[in-house]
Amino acid sequence: MGKRIQLYIHIPFCVRKCRYCDFLSFPAQEFEMDMYVRQLIEEIKVQSRFYTDYTVSTIFFGGGTPSILKSVYITNIMSAVYANWVVEASAEISLEANPGTLSQERLLNYKAAGINRLSIGLQSANDTELKVLGRIHSFEDFLTSYEYARDAGFDNINVDLISGIPGQNTDSWKNSLRRVAMLKPEHVSAYSLIVEEGTPFHDIYGSEEGRKLLPDEDTDREMYHATAAILREYGYSRYEISNYARKGCECRHNLGYWTGEEYLGLGLGASSYTMNRRFHVEKDINNYLHIDMNRDITPLYEDVQELTAEDRMSEFMILGLRLTRGVSSAEFAERFGINMIDRYFYDIDKHIRHGLLESNPPYIRLTEKGLDLANVVMQDFV
Amino acid sequence: MDKSKIRNFCIIAHIDHGKSTLSDRIIEQTGLLTSREMQNQVLDNMDLERERGITIKSQAVRTVYRAKDGNEYMLNLIDTPGHVDFNYEVSRSLAACDGAILVVDAAQGIEAQTLANVYMALDHDLEIFTVINKIDLPSARPDDVAREVEDVIGIEAMSAPRISAKNGIGIDEVLEGIVHSLPAPSGDEKAPLKALIFDSLYDSYRGVIVFMRIFDGTIRKGTRVHMCATGADVDVVEVGYFGAGQFIPCEELSAGMVGYFTASIKDVRQTMVGDTVTETDNPCAEALPGYKKVTPMVYCGLYPADGRKYPDLRDALEKLQLNDASLFYEPETSIALGFGFRCGFLGLLHLEIVQERLEREYSLDLVTTAPSVIYKIYRTDGDIIELTNPTNMPDPSEIEHMEEPIVRAEIMVTKEYVGSIMTLCQERRGRYLSTEYMEMNRAILRYELPLNEIIYDFFDALKSKSRGYASLDYELKGYETSKLVKLDILVNREEVDALSFIVHADTAYERGRRMCERLKEEIPRQLFEIPIQAAVNSKIIARETVKAMRKDVLAKCYGGDITRKKKLLEKQKEGKKRMRQVGNVEIPQQAFMSVLKLDEE
Repeated sequence: MGKRIQLYIHIPFCVRKCRYCDFLSFPAQEFEMDMYVRQLIEEIKVQSRFYTDYTVSTIFFGGGTPSILKSVYITNIMSAVYANWVVEASAEISLEANPGTLSQERLLNYKAAGINRLSIGLQSANDTELKVLGRIHSFEDFLTSYEYARDAGFDNINVDLISGIPGQNTDSWKNSLRRVAMLKPEHVSAYSLIVEEGTPFHDIYGSEEGRKLLPDEDTDREMYHATAAILREYGYSRYEISNYARKGCECRHNLGYWTGEEYLGLGLGASSYTMNRRFHVEKDINNYLHIDMNRDITPLYEDVQELTAEDRMSEFMILGLRLTRGVSSAEFAERFGINMIDRYFYDIDKHIRHGLLESNPPYIRLTEKGLDLANVVMQDFV
Repeated sequence: MDKSKIRNFCIIAHIDHGKSTLSDRIIEQTGLLTSREMQNQVLDNMDLERERGITIKSQAVRTVYRAKDGNEYMLNLIDTPGHVDFNYEVSRSLAACDGAILVVDAAQGIEAQTLANVYMALDHDLEIFTVINKIDLPSARPDDVAREVEDVIGIEAMSAPRISAKNGIGIDEVLEGIVHSLPAPSGDEKAPLKALIFDSLYDSYRGVIVFMRIFDGTIRKGTRVHMCATGADVDVVEVGYFGAGQFIPCEELSAGMVGYFTASIKDVRQTMVGDTVTETDNPCAEALPGYKKVTPMVYCGLYPADGRKYPDLRDALEKLQLNDASLFYEPETSIALGFGFRCGFLGLLHLEIVQERLEREYSLDLVTTAPSVIYKIYRTDGDIIELTNPTNMPDPSEIEHMEEPIVRAEIMVTKEYVGSIMTLCQERRGRYLSTEYMEMNRAILRYELPLNEIIYDFFDALKSKSRGYASLDYELKGYETSKLVKLDILVNREEVDALSFIVHADTAYERGRRMCERLKEEIPRQLFEIPIQAAVNSKIIARETVKAMRKDVLAKCYGGDITRKKKLLEKQKEGKKRMRQVGNVEIPQQAFMSVLKLDEE
């Protein structure tokens, strides 16, 4: 039985950069996208030679806005994957899409290319908030896209929402949640806005003064708690700090990140974790396009980091605790040959006493309060 | 050398009136050596010095000036520190001189330190020669300023050179003025040695280098000398004078000259500033007047931010003390901060200088506790304690009464700010003495103020309330009875000793309230609610609450970029390290400092 690997494919293009976004993405011309896809396909081919004993369990197109690409590009990329890798028949193949970039035809072609899960970046059901964020679409646009997606036969859809938007209050957040939940997508990701350095948002909201324009801590927490309550009403269970799904519809690709599965990032800046190493692809588009991967693949990689057993144990804890089921001491023992409780006795004991962790054998998991204060716990496992 | 061709002088000025620029110009426009010295092999000696790499900016410089009368004059320029903390050092430097150049800014006129320095120079019977600097400024009004000098100080100034040290205008006039207006030294080379120590410097090769002015007698290599105050006897290894940035050895120094000697002295405390150097076998009849044992006025606790750096802090303080005899330190322990040192300083500036050197030159991260003056406690059992650390204050029931140091302050300010400065002084428990109006719209306010009211931030407040125009000078007047209490801060119901301090009973409530408010801002939310209380005699007088932290989670999609997520957690963890665990509560280092500057807003 061969090993399994997840593929992440990065599409660094968007129509316009959102004002809070610090991901590696930018607007581009058609010919630039064309050049990029050619190089990406080359990378998919060359890389496959290093992973001949692996089968692909999930594929995830992230961005940027992958749906900005004409469907023929996605078709070509998927053909390259199928031609060079062994993909499991039941593989989950997701694509991130933004309302305003999806046509019926494009969706049908994506489906034909093998995409079986869509992740739609809505962020808010309130048009004023969408404007504040710098989104290019309205809620109405989203409804149309959603309908097209269902029509095209997508039966596994995620919708992204963001709380803590400047000007947002608890009621408008609840409203966004309900309007989305009523559409019954299989999965909802509810993130909190983080004002990242180097974004236009940071210039405004990064200062002490600016922070006062954001929902205050109490409101923020109210929203955060409303999320779990409302989504539960509509039949969603929280399985990760900010991810909710109907039964059996958890995102397998993301679960892989949190449970230490191996994954290979393809395309500009994409992160990988394979063979005990973390690394990512070159982040400069011009450099990326000019690497002759057939001759030598090494210039493609940056920050290659060999993980020690210690690192892997630490990551097992930090990532695993994000899941509501927690980290399994049985699995820890199987992977590392030592007892998890013994290894982290001081910290686990401390946080159990503070009410942030609880034991549910063989799992150790965050409590309700611990989910709110996850960083306090995770810091001790870094 | 003929004494009539020597001039020993200093430059006195208010801060920023151009003292150092003028010094630089004088050094530039004169020579380093006399023609006779150039023929001798002094240069060889200098090379030797260079090889040993000893070039230290000295507190004094000797230059040679060929005057218009055709004679060569030896000019000894002695630098004086420019801050009230160092008044005693200033007075000793002045005592080493025969004359002073008074530099007055042509735009700003006389300031508080101008006056203080002039009075001090007159006390030492120095001849004063005035120059009006910065005539290049558009706002310069040299004639007005000259008149002001005559009216206020009462010395001739109409013929004072109008110069611009910055642009090199009028420097010749200054040099001629030094030669003709300032007196030559007197003294007897044949009399027993009598020299004044005005500074010293520790050098790791030669030990202490003692800076002195010789009044009588002669000193040379091999002379066994005696320090009158400290009682130390040492054999002179080398004598010499100060080149620009170099120590230049010579055969001997005699009455009227300024120079240095070394004697393999390992401890600066054997050669205190102000002490008299004489010959062990042929001592002078009496020491020079004016020696004072310098004692610290301000104390505070210095703690390494990282407790493991305690030995490093100790080593650094030891090294600093080699060069700074007025720095005092002894180990102490704080429940909140662990092992550290109680340190004594001449004043707040001195404290800041030492703190900055420890942080910069020794890369130490420090936590400083509130500065304290020395309080005298008269106990009911008749004992008298000098209190430098608020934590050691006895129980109020054991105290008969307390005394605090009072200073006499002179504040010079333009008329429009007199009102706000008076309000400030009242707030700081000042006792009004007098106001004196000067020409040109300015006044001198005289107040008696408790020292503990001015050591934190009085100078900053003064500047901000006068748009930077007010200037301050003060001297210790003595001790007075005062109603003082110890203000304690409790975090999560535990007393934090490092935050305790002594305050006047009438201001305790206000101070306590503001400290609580400030700490509330500085202490980050933690897992539980934290009460912050201020207490006097175990009675709570103020309270704030830091609410429990309720949300701290990365609810964002970082995808497979795990490294980034780890970095964020690491950064948070790093921040935690800069906190001090006090009981169950983590208090950031800066919180200890922030409560000292309550008046900034």
